[in-house]
Amino acid sequence: MPHTLTINGTARSVDVDDDTALLWVLRDVLGMTGTKFGCGVALCGACTIHIDGKPVRSCITPISAVVGKRITTIEAIGATPAGKKIQRAWIELEVPQCGYCQSGQIMSAAALLAAKPKPSDADIDTAMSGNICRCGTYARIREGIKRAAHVTSDKKGA
Amino acid sequence: MTSHRIIDLVESEGVDLSRRRFLTVSAAVGGGLLIGFRAGPSIGAADAAQSAASPPFTPNAFVRIESDGQIVLTMPYVEMGQGTYTSIPMLIAEELEVDLKQVRLKHAPPDEKLYANPLLGVQATGNSNAIRGAWQPLRQAGATARLMLVSAAAKRWNVDAVSCRAEKGEVIHAASGRRLKYGALVADAAKLPLPAPESVTLKQVGHFKLIGTPAKRLDTPAKVNGTAVYGIDARPPGVKFATLAQSPVFGGRVKSVDDAKAKAVKGVRQIVRLDDAVAVVADHMGAAKKGLAALTIEWDDGPHAKLSTQDIAAELEKATLQPGVVAQNVGDADKALASAVTRVEATYLVPFLAHATMEPMNCTVHVRKDGCEIWVGNQAIARCQAAAAKITGLPLEKVVLHNHLIGGGFGRRLESDGVARAVQIAMQVEGPVKVVWTREEDIQHDMYRPCFFDRLSAGLDDKGMPVAWNHRFAGSSIIARWAPPLFVNGLDPDTTEGAIDLTYSLPNLHVEYLQVEPPGIPTAFWRSVGPSHNVFVTESLIDELAAAAKQDPVTYRRALLDKAPRAKAVLELAAQKAGWGKPLPQGVGRGVSVQFVFATYLAQVAEVEVSKDGAVRVRRVVCAVDCGTVVNPDTVRAQIQSAVIFGITAALHGQITLKGGRVEQSNFHDYRMLRMNEAPVIEVYIVNSTELPGGMGEAGTSAIVPAVTNAIYAATGTRVRKLPVADQAKRV
Repeated sequence: MPHTLTINGTARSVDVDDDTALLWVLRDVLGMTGTKFGCGVALCGACTIHIDGKPVRSCITPISAVVGKRITTIEAIGATPAGKKIQRAWIELEVPQCGYCQSGQIMSAAALLAAKPKPSDADIDTAMSGNICRCGTYARIREGIKRAAHVTSDKKGA
Repeated sequence: MTSHRIIDLVESEGVDLSRRRFLTVSAAVGGGLLIGFRAGPSIGAADAAQSAASPPFTPNAFVRIESDGQIVLTMPYVEMGQGTYTSIPMLIAEELEVDLKQVRLKHAPPDEKLYANPLLGVQATGNSNAIRGAWQPLRQAGATARLMLVSAAAKRWNVDAVSCRAEKGEVIHAASGRRLKYGALVADAAKLPLPAPESVTLKQVGHFKLIGTPAKRLDTPAKVNGTAVYGIDARPPGVKFATLAQSPVFGGRVKSVDDAKAKAVKGVRQIVRLDDAVAVVADHMGAAKKGLAALTIEWDDGPHAKLSTQDIAAELEKATLQPGVVAQNVGDADKALASAVTRVEATYLVPFLAHATMEPMNCTVHVRKDGCEIWVGNQAIARCQAAAAKITGLPLEKVVLHNHLIGGGFGRRLESDGVARAVQIAMQVEGPVKVVWTREEDIQHDMYRPCFFDRLSAGLDDKGMPVAWNHRFAGSSIIARWAPPLFVNGLDPDTTEGAIDLTYSLPNLHVEYLQVEPPGIPTAFWRSVGPSHNVFVTESLIDELAAAAKQDPVTYRRALLDKAPRAKAVLELAAQKAGWGKPLPQGVGRGVSVQFVFATYLAQVAEVEVSKDGAVRVRRVVCAVDCGTVVNPDTVRAQIQSAVIFGITAALHGQITLKGGRVEQSNFHDYRMLRMNEAPVIEVYIVNSTELPGGMGEAGTSAIVPAVTNAIYAATGTRVRKLPVADQAKRV
């Protein structure tokens, strides 16, 4: 049946089964390919988006659960203060390598920063451990969050 | 936020063969390079003059300068995170005298002749040798273009070319203050004869403007705002989405399919049945997955239905009881062993490993009667093109392939199996179809890093120093399948790398290899390939010898490195920076490794904490690297950081096991990845060097594994001889 979703401030109508994961609606139906498919079962975080500002794994989120809610994706996260800071820090520190997981990493990091402007290492571990990076960019992700938050680091590599 | 698209994915239409002169590069016997030029089919000033529009200046297959000044560099190596889309342009731009900001990149089309890696002889990005392969020819390509542009300007001004210089995309005649942008010289330069290669001089070390200076990666901006386009993001108009189930047992076949329920799923369009797989085509992946789950497939498991990894390991162990092919022999190891004061014997076992790239396997294909179009991210696209041509029966030139950014390669995408599979499916589908593998399918139908069994014996003299080293191992040769001509007399250069060319002075060294292919299980390159196995074994054994000699692991190694000053230097640097020898708390240990693989010297010290219940945490890793001349220093750091995480993941958790012919792991819950909260601090120290560049993409992975297991030994006294570590580190 048709559903109307609010994605990045725009109303979009899609006609798919209620239980269709938001990930496929974004990527395949609407062509918003910035959000990535990694595991399909919320184990890797590549598909992370925001629902009303909170990080959510879109691969296990049926669209029936997000009707009437505010959906934000990587394509629009730069319009939020936290998202903009995270993206800038990511470029400054050259965080991405293959980059495939980075949409999800940035969405998780932006949500963390919006909720906790000065996150501790423990906060970062908690917020980011659901996001796998096969290229192993973890140290730079940690640094990137701290750079965006303007906190000095006590845990760093060279 | 910049929205500038540096990576031009549209431009993969192929090469205009009509007006192009090629810089030809081929591998010389013995690994050197032959560089020369050859003319394209119809070339010359007349041809260019006939063209109505001013043609671009394309002195070789890597450089194109448009009359509007746009500089397009064709990338023969693919970007999969290793930074090649920045470091390769640096090589060309250095000699072409342009800023990196001035260039646009385009993926090279499939063409084994134009875009082969000179060190591999095929168009492939792998074996950590893009920079090594490109170092000479791509600087030469940039310099040739620059020389011709300077000549064109000098001719126009009627001055001597030596009185002109190129800078930031312009030619300048300092004496008169005249300057012309490259774009204004394109038409003239295209009419000039190609300079003889020996007349093109390259910059000397010390004169580099770009090489050796940290450069911002050109691909980063698109990777932080969702605009980077990977193969999985390709969307040709009208594309449908498919996912598949392949025979759960390798070599099995489809016996029957009941698709009644699947066809009833909203959005499902078609069920495609192949001999050994079934695919569901739908309006979106959600419907395709739902359709796949609704299928009832009966499989004929075939001959490998009872296969288990335990049986395979037992087979390999048995094989090493017989002599193998001699891969290396120095002195007389048996004789030396017989008279040794102390004898050390050990066996090692490493498991099958999956790649688990974050971007699952995928490929989009549109098969028409008269052609086939493919969208994919792959490390060896000419092979993909050939595979598609073979399956469709089309001539090679009718297969158009668009390469993309790669969401993790690690060797998985040196294979064309995913493309072949998608083409098989697309042949039954009207219009373009994107075939995406689920994570489960990706892990259970990977082509795996081979399992190896190693049998070693070594002898020490009365001072504890090694006088004999015997190493025999059995397992799959990937090269034998992937590049048969390189598998000679039962040996290949990859499977033995890291086993036969140790940096240590060993007076009597004997290494044998037995090719034993596991039945049914496809094997493939995996980050750091041969060394991923061999360096673990050899750097573990040298640690065992140090322990048998009751000597410090660093001191012991250093004593064997007098003839390898670069190896010794990285060992000393890593040990010093790591604070080797400083006291550590109970349950914490340091382990070291030294290696020379991929033409790079690397030493690592891992600091590992083992809890009472055996949980292992790598706290800190110190790396000292001498990779010769550094092109982009930040990329060297990033690659080591990356490779270390990749290697720790494998060392602690990585294994693919089979039971009843089926892979037991399926997703990230049982094929674990290291996560943020488990990641160590990684320090990288780069040795200044003007030697030829070495490879950086993989070295860090092979080095970290023994550094970690040696640290576990230091912390607990438990010697890890079988990977992964899993729960072996339990303290008693």
